[in-house]
Parts: sequence; structure tokens; C-alpha cells
Amino acid sequence: MSGQTGDWPDRLFEMLKRGGIRQVGYVPDAGHARLIDRCRADSEIHDVVLTTEEEGVALAAGAWLGGERAALLMQSSGLGNCINMLSLARTCRFPLLMFITMRGEWEEFNPWQVPMGSIVDPVLKLCEAQVYRVSTPDDIAGTTERAVQHVFGGEHIAAVILSQQLVGRKVWTK
Amino acid sequence: MKLERRPAMATLLAGRGNDLLLVPGLGSTTWDAMAAGDSDRNFYLWGAMGGATMIGLGLALAQPNRRVAVITGDGEMLMGLGSLATIGIQRPSNLAVIVFDNGVYGETGMQPSHTQSGVDLVGVAKACGIETCLDVRDADALADLARRLNGLNDTLFARVLIAADEPPRVLPLRDGVALKDRFRAAIGIKP
Repeated sequence: MSGQTGDWPDRLFEMLKRGGIRQVGYVPDAGHARLIDRCRADSEIHDVVLTTEEEGVALAAGAWLGGERAALLMQSSGLGNCINMLSLARTCRFPLLMFITMRGEWEEFNPWQVPMGSIVDPVLKLCEAQVYRVSTPDDIAGTTERAVQHVFGGEHIAAVILSQQLVGRKVWTK
Repeated sequence: MKLERRPAMATLLAGRGNDLLLVPGLGSTTWDAMAAGDSDRNFYLWGAMGGATMIGLGLALAQPNRRVAVITGDGEMLMGLGSLATIGIQRPSNLAVIVFDNGVYGETGMQPSHTQSGVDLVGVAKACGIETCLDVRDADALADLARRLNGLNDTLFARVLIAADEPPRVLPLRDGVALKDRFRAAIGIKP
């Protein structure tokens, strides 16, 4: 589905492992497909497929109550599904680590992706999340490491935005 | 004669043991849990409507040697109905999701919920692949549910039919950080 994926999902996965992530919640997504496959294949990670992204915000809170670190994978449209549930992380200072593949910002064929994609950054900032952006594969490991440290070192919310340049545009005709 | 919510909660939590972790849903079930006796092992919700069962799932996966009970209301469950599908796939053996179903939204003025018009939460849970689904309608069935909760060894869903009344509110701590910190400390998690 993606034009250029490269090995960034593998680099990201390695950093999740190194960061001690034990639960990964996700809604199936083309951009995250390889990362999801790596999580599903790992016996130490509970991969939890969700019906909507807000479930993952609550999952991550439960994981932390029980002493485990979680990560949440979603597409930009999924952030909109999370907004009220983010109150849980903000009110209780639950660590929340999100990886958001972007749609609607670069070579987007589908205009329905644009409204949510265009407000991801301000929404995250309004929700008190630290925002990181990765546009080249070489930045993925270092940025992920910093985000893990920020989130679990101080019980913060952070989102690593995986830009459409990194993920690649969706191919519509085959 | 429908069950009353406060005695029902007390029955489920009687002699709960240190290994039972409780996530009550926002609103009445949180007041019920507090009325039954405060515990550091209760993570009360004052918000996050629709999130109680997923908090329970994350907790159950993280703490496989402890039992986790989510006890929430029909309105809260309806807002997170998809989480039953998610739990139906995971099926942790140490998770019980119990819905106190009074058919109304008590906190907002007793407006009817979907269950009053026939939406069947037990049927939904069954269809989501949860094998043990109980429809608790009387004291004997409630006692059976309490026994199963004590010896929990498979994902369990129960709907408890309760009367639509409003006992006086018994309010727990509402500082979310404090609730989280004391919960984690109680089960031995280092800060």
C-alpha cells in the first residue's frame, strides 16, 4: 500500500523493545503494517487490536496501573477519536506514548483525510502532548528513544508523528 | 424484585482479598464501590466514560497473577461497547466485566438507556466471543457470580439487573494522580 517504507518500522520496533514496551494497542493501518506485524510476532508484547483508538488510551492507563509500559499506534484520523479519553491521561498523569502516521498532509489523494490531518499538531498541543516529528528514517531511533524517556521518565503524554514523506503515499491504482 | 445496587456491590466485594483489583465506572458504580469500603486497590473513575473495560484489560494483561474486576453501569458500557469485541479477542483469564444495568442514566436525571428498550448486553458479550456470560437477576445468581469472581479463571462477563434507584452518593478521592499513585503502591510497583 505504501510507496516507500524502508526499514524505519524495524528501527522503531527495536526502540520499543529497548524501551521495555509490553503492550501495543493499534487499529490496523497501512503505514503501521510492518510495525504491527513485528509486535504480533513478539511473544513478550501483548498486541491488542482495537475497534477505536480511544480504547488504546484507556488500555495504556490500565497497563501503567499494573506496572507495564504501553504504546499506541494510530493514523492521524484516529487522534480525533481519542480526545475525550485523553482526559484520563491528563487528569491522572498517565504516561501515554503515541505513534501517529500522517494522512492528508502530502500527496494525499483522498480529501476526506485532510480535515483531521491538518489539525493533528494543534490538537496534540491543546492536549498537553509533547510532539515529535520524523520525516527521515535516520531520525526514527533517536526520536523514539527521546519520546520513551520523556513519557515514562516523567509520566507525560507524547506523540511521535510519522510524516507522510516517511510513510509514503497510499497507492490508489494498481 | 430487582437487586439493589449497594447490597449487590457489597456481596461481590465481600472478603475480596488482596489480589482483587477493582475498576468501577464513572458515576454510580464508583459511589457504590466507595460505599462498600474504600481500598487502595480501587481505581475510581470520575470521567473517561466508555474506558472502564479497557483500563481493566490493560491492567489484567499487566497483572496476570491478580484478578481484575471492572464493575460499571449500562450507560458507561454502551459508550465503550467496542471494547467487548477487543476483550473477546484477548480473553485474559483474570478479567471480569460486570455491568450494573438499571436501564437509565442515573447521573444525568434517569433518562432511559438503550438496555431499557431491549439492547441485550449479555447477547453482545456472547457474540464478541466471551464464553462465560451471565445474566444475574436474583440473589442466588448474584451469590453464584460472587463465587465465580472469587475463583476467577476465565474471562467473565455479567450483567446484573438492578433497580433504578439513587442511594446517597458516597464520594471517593477525586485526585486522579493520587488515586493512580496509591493503587500502584498498593500492588508493589515502584514509583
